[in-house]
Amino acid sequence: MMSFQFKIPNLNTAFLIGGTILLSACGGGSGDSGSGENLSGEVRIDGSSTVYPITEAVAEEFRSESPGVRVTVGVSGTGGGMKKFSRGEIDIVDASRSMNENEASMAAENNIKYIELPVAYDGLTVVVHPENDWVKDITVAELKKIWAPEAQGTITRWNQVRPEWPDQELHLYGAGVESGTYDYFTEAIVGKSHSSRGDYTASEDDNVLVQGVSTDPYALGFFGFAYYDENQGKLKAVPVDDQDDSNGKGAILPSLETVKDGSYAPLSRPLFIYVNSTAVVRPEVVEFVNFYLDNAAELSEEVGYIQLPAERYEEQRNRFEEFVQSSVQQ
Amino acid sequence: MTNSDLNRYKDKAFQVFGICCTFLGLIVLAVFLIDILIKGLGRIDWDFITSLPSRRAMRAGILTAWVGTLWILVLTALIAIPLGVAAGVYLQEYARKSRLSDFLEINIANLAGVPSIIYGLLGLEVFVRQMGLGESLLAGAFTLSLLVLPIIIVTTREAIKAVPGSIRDASLALGASKWQTIWMQILPASAGGIMTGVILSLSRAVGEAAPLIVIGALAYVPFVPESPLDEFTVLPIQIFNWVSRPQEEFLINAASAIIILLFITFLLNGIAVYLRYRQQKKVKW
Repeated sequence: MMSFQFKIPNLNTAFLIGGTILLSACGGGSGDSGSGENLSGEVRIDGSSTVYPITEAVAEEFRSESPGVRVTVGVSGTGGGMKKFSRGEIDIVDASRSMNENEASMAAENNIKYIELPVAYDGLTVVVHPENDWVKDITVAELKKIWAPEAQGTITRWNQVRPEWPDQELHLYGAGVESGTYDYFTEAIVGKSHSSRGDYTASEDDNVLVQGVSTDPYALGFFGFAYYDENQGKLKAVPVDDQDDSNGKGAILPSLETVKDGSYAPLSRPLFIYVNSTAVVRPEVVEFVNFYLDNAAELSEEVGYIQLPAERYEEQRNRFEEFVQSSVQQ
Repeated sequence: MTNSDLNRYKDKAFQVFGICCTFLGLIVLAVFLIDILIKGLGRIDWDFITSLPSRRAMRAGILTAWVGTLWILVLTALIAIPLGVAAGVYLQEYARKSRLSDFLEINIANLAGVPSIIYGLLGLEVFVRQMGLGESLLAGAFTLSLLVLPIIIVTTREAIKAVPGSIRDASLALGASKWQTIWMQILPASAGGIMTGVILSLSRAVGEAAPLIVIGALAYVPFVPESPLDEFTVLPIQIFNWVSRPQEEFLINAASAIIILLFITFLLNGIAVYLRYRQQKKVKW
């Protein structure tokens, strides 16, 4: 139906550029382990924009291992990705939260079996303006008091949260309601996913929140650790006390160590990939997921997230192997 | 003070107000452009234009994004221009005043105001799923064609309306058929106006990210699309992706990619202005 004539002007440049890439790939990629060299085919990934940087990094490195495999990554969000995943349209979904019941039942309807693999942590960081000298720490109960739906219109000043804090307006900044970050934060703090006050400055773009908190002396906000880490000079992180001494005493600041060892609770959250069981009959998908688990530790830290403890990756590799075995037999 | 003095002052005041409005728009644009140029110009080099996306900002490039944008542009033009111009000609030249044509007119005017993400949802269901095109360039181009069709139809009609009635009458009086009149007189005479509409609409299509993300255009594509059925990414998606990254270097990449996107848009506009100029020189009444 479509004539191919209009391809021609583009094709020359495409060839030229394609040739260059091929050459450079050949130059750099040889000499690695041989197992993936002859693989071809496609691995289709979509989902969370939070997990995207990790998957992008893995896909980029995977190219030098298996240049014949076309790995593509989309960013339709955890919700959008899950929808496609449970329809069987993609092989892997990036998720910044676990699959919810609706999505699970939709997957079951379409006979899709899957495995959930945690690949890294993100530490949701509570931040204030750097000149804020009164907040030394905050408890989960206080955060709940601030963010619960009942707080709307009533908790509007700092001294309402803790009496010794100043009698000044409290300005709130947080993730937009469509994001997985919002779901996780409300679940961890308010106790119910997707439920919070509505009168705060919400944005899906964390850089906007950084901008907001760093220019407002009476601000309190939360977002992913990487955004705090990159803007340390402009922000002050607040240690969070979950009042549970079994996982670290007192208020704890998010850092690579405290998130990794689980003492920064309850705001460190796992990031996942889900793999479709019908996809793992294809060797390129299995190879890719194994490569992902082998390299997630290093690559996730490179893009600003926090690696899981080494034994967790080992555990995921074993679980994935069993999953592949059982899926192939069926 | 006489009445005419007062009127003169009012006139003067309005003139000043008008100048202020004009400059306000221009200043905002200038600030934006200068900011982008300062941030992004230093990052643009041959490697940036010919490299694949990467997690390392300094190594990342926009090859797949700009090639995808060009593909989308060409395909959208091929689909939307014939459809839009034909629809405009029909509505202006053939359609009798009837309930049906009123209905069509109102709907086209409404369609021009529908948010682009809605077209994305429509495209996802119709082109990606029902027609089985997948997340391909073709599905993206069809979706964007729907988005820009109303603009093309409306400007085509306006351009045809502007052709003097005497031209039409003369052509018909010399024995030309209706179709001959349209094809050999009306369309050439209105080509300049139609072209303007086409360019405006394609410039809009080039900047869209939302509907393409909805239909499943990707963010990481490590290969250049080679056929209309390949998966793709476009510059606005790449820019959107980089802008939301925490690392400062990615923001600089985004600024550079914006410069390239602006360059493509300006190039397009330049071609249109040139074509229109040539066309206008040919048409003399």
